[in-house]
Amino acid sequence: MPRTFVCDPGPRGAPMRFDDVLDAIGDTPLVGLPSLSPPGVRIWAKLEGQNPTGSLKDRIAKAMVEAAEDSGELTPGRTILEPTSGNTGIALAMVARRKGYGLTVVIPDNASEERIRLLELFGAEIVLSPGDKGTNGSIEIARRLAGDDRYYMPFQYGNPANPRAHEEGTGEEIVRDLPEITHFVAGLGTTGTLMGTGRFLREHVPGVQIVAAEPRYGEGVYALRNIDEGFVPELYDPDVLTTRYSVGSFDAVQRNRELVQVEGIFAGISTGAILHAALGMAAKARKAGERADIAFVVCDAGWKYLSTGAYAGSLDEAEDALEGQLWA
Amino acid sequence: MARVKLPTILRPHAGGERAVDADGTTLRELLEDLESRYPGITQMVLTDDGALHRFVNVYVNDEDVRYLGSLETEVDPKDTVSILPAVAGGR
Repeated sequence: MPRTFVCDPGPRGAPMRFDDVLDAIGDTPLVGLPSLSPPGVRIWAKLEGQNPTGSLKDRIAKAMVEAAEDSGELTPGRTILEPTSGNTGIALAMVARRKGYGLTVVIPDNASEERIRLLELFGAEIVLSPGDKGTNGSIEIARRLAGDDRYYMPFQYGNPANPRAHEEGTGEEIVRDLPEITHFVAGLGTTGTLMGTGRFLREHVPGVQIVAAEPRYGEGVYALRNIDEGFVPELYDPDVLTTRYSVGSFDAVQRNRELVQVEGIFAGISTGAILHAALGMAAKARKAGERADIAFVVCDAGWKYLSTGAYAGSLDEAEDALEGQLWA
Repeated sequence: MARVKLPTILRPHAGGERAVDADGTTLRELLEDLESRYPGITQMVLTDDGALHRFVNVYVNDEDVRYLGSLETEVDPKDTVSILPAVAGGR
């Protein structure tokens, strides 16, 4: 029997008025994909692009800054410093602006033009790191700069406020809106989304699968001189996951195009990778004759990536265009 | 024989090849076969006590083996095995 997406819309007129943009972070819509969901399976997209700066990073930026204010690590006059390929920097820029802090971001020089422009618009000081060293390179430089006392570095890759924001926000919202969830799929970057949301879901939903979609970049990003140059975020606990997929740019772009052309959702490229993993889990469930309710994260919309070349031309041309870029 | 995609750091052991073929019904056997064909190639993949190095990720058909059977993951001749060093994700 086909499963539908019809659900009780709930009381009309839920409050949507907030004192401040920071209070409007989170509580994002969970939207069904009736056309992309195979029979017997329902796929749901959590639209994190509906956050104020347009990405899920608003959640962790607010959480990390407020945690540091509470602990006394961040005091008036200090400047926030962070290695970021864009979205976290943009989110921190909004929070810093509202709370009156300066912000310096270290960003790889091959991040998309739109991300750099947005950071400048928010008044962030930008330090560029070598694009061919990827995020590893920006972390290296940020750690060096952080030795200076005027900086406070939240360090999203190791800050427990990062997954906590997802535990208390993303995870709670999903269980409220989709208590019958069977799979949660998100991107693996700092690992905060998967660790926080994953832990919450595993505590509240027996048997739930926590699935990571790890973006697979061009070769250059993996060209380490030795294995000990590798990096695993301090937040990462592999036991929280039940599956981890590596997804390349071709598949990510293909799914991205399906998402906009079939479901009318315009998303960033990392979302394509996450959707690819979600569809993989959907196919497995269908093959096993099991029902599935799969929630995946739409991290942001595609506006910041239009200049990458991924949204025009053939899939092969898009894949070539993304070679050497940190597209997630 | 399964196809094994190599990261830049391991290619010097395989004459610069980006991908090679190897035999084995499990990942463990496949890595042993790889080592016999290209001595030294698994030194950066396995630790001294034979476990997967924490800074190395291995995938069979794009799925991380740590969630399949780790070194006992079954490998089919039609499979693609990818080895990648762990790097910081974007964001």
